[in-house]
Amino acid sequence: MTHINIAGLEVGQEIGSREFHLTRDSLVRYAGASGDFNPIHYRDDFAAAVGLPGVLAHGMLTMGVAVQVAADWIGDAGRVIDYGVRFTKPVVVDAADGAILKVVGKIGEINAETGDVRVDLTATFNDTAVLGKAQARVRL
Amino acid sequence: MVNANVEGKKYPATEPYLVGREKIREFAHAVMSTNSVNHDVFAAQAAGYTDVVAPPTFAVVIQERSLATVLGDPQADIDFSRVVHGDQRFVHVRPIVAGDELTSQLTVASVKSLGAHSMITFETQIFDASSALVCTAISTLVVRGDE
Repeated sequence: MTHINIAGLEVGQEIGSREFHLTRDSLVRYAGASGDFNPIHYRDDFAAAVGLPGVLAHGMLTMGVAVQVAADWIGDAGRVIDYGVRFTKPVVVDAADGAILKVVGKIGEINAETGDVRVDLTATFNDTAVLGKAQARVRL
Repeated sequence: MVNANVEGKKYPATEPYLVGREKIREFAHAVMSTNSVNHDVFAAQAAGYTDVVAPPTFAVVIQERSLATVLGDPQADIDFSRVVHGDQRFVHVRPIVAGDELTSQLTVASVKSLGAHSMITFETQIFDASSALVCTAISTLVVRGDE
């Protein structure tokens, strides 16, 4: 059980939001932690050579930080039992300024029988959604 | 072009991966987790886990090991420099915790072509040391063809 009372929830209700400042340091840190050392995530010359608008955040980093809004709400990250996203737009991370990723979570669906709640996440960078159908099912 | 004949192909299980406590903390830090069960053993134990809990996307580390076997398979013929991650999902039976010894087995769920591009979906099942399913990771890669 968590501190959240399922009977008090409504579909569409906002459960939290957070701004993440992604910098080149964040990308290097994620590369090391995940083992994804694709140079498009830390080398400007490489990103340019393959026709990208700049160094991009790992899609998996964007996915990984976005779900924190659901995990923060529920209080126990181990209760996020099903989480999926589509990668729709890249997040270009400027060498000096980084990138601001804004994430908002809302209740998408409530299953009172199983105690499962679907949290729908929107992640935006420069006012553009970068994840599609980002849904995290949490068990209360 | 990805070889459509690999649809349904099952790749050999990977060697066991021992999930370390500091690895979970390192990953949790990288995805900007402030969730105490990801960092603090006592908080994790108070929540009923044996040790710190991996963030919801940590299974990607295990999935990558299986994916490497496919990307290295000449039959599949996937040009990694043309690969874009299309979508990703993790379905957990239980969360991954420090101390888990995980193996993974990947199956090519589908291969579709979309004009010059190919879309290939992998399903990676992740098992613990007692062969119980912990997580299924589903990943779709888009392989760009010649424009």
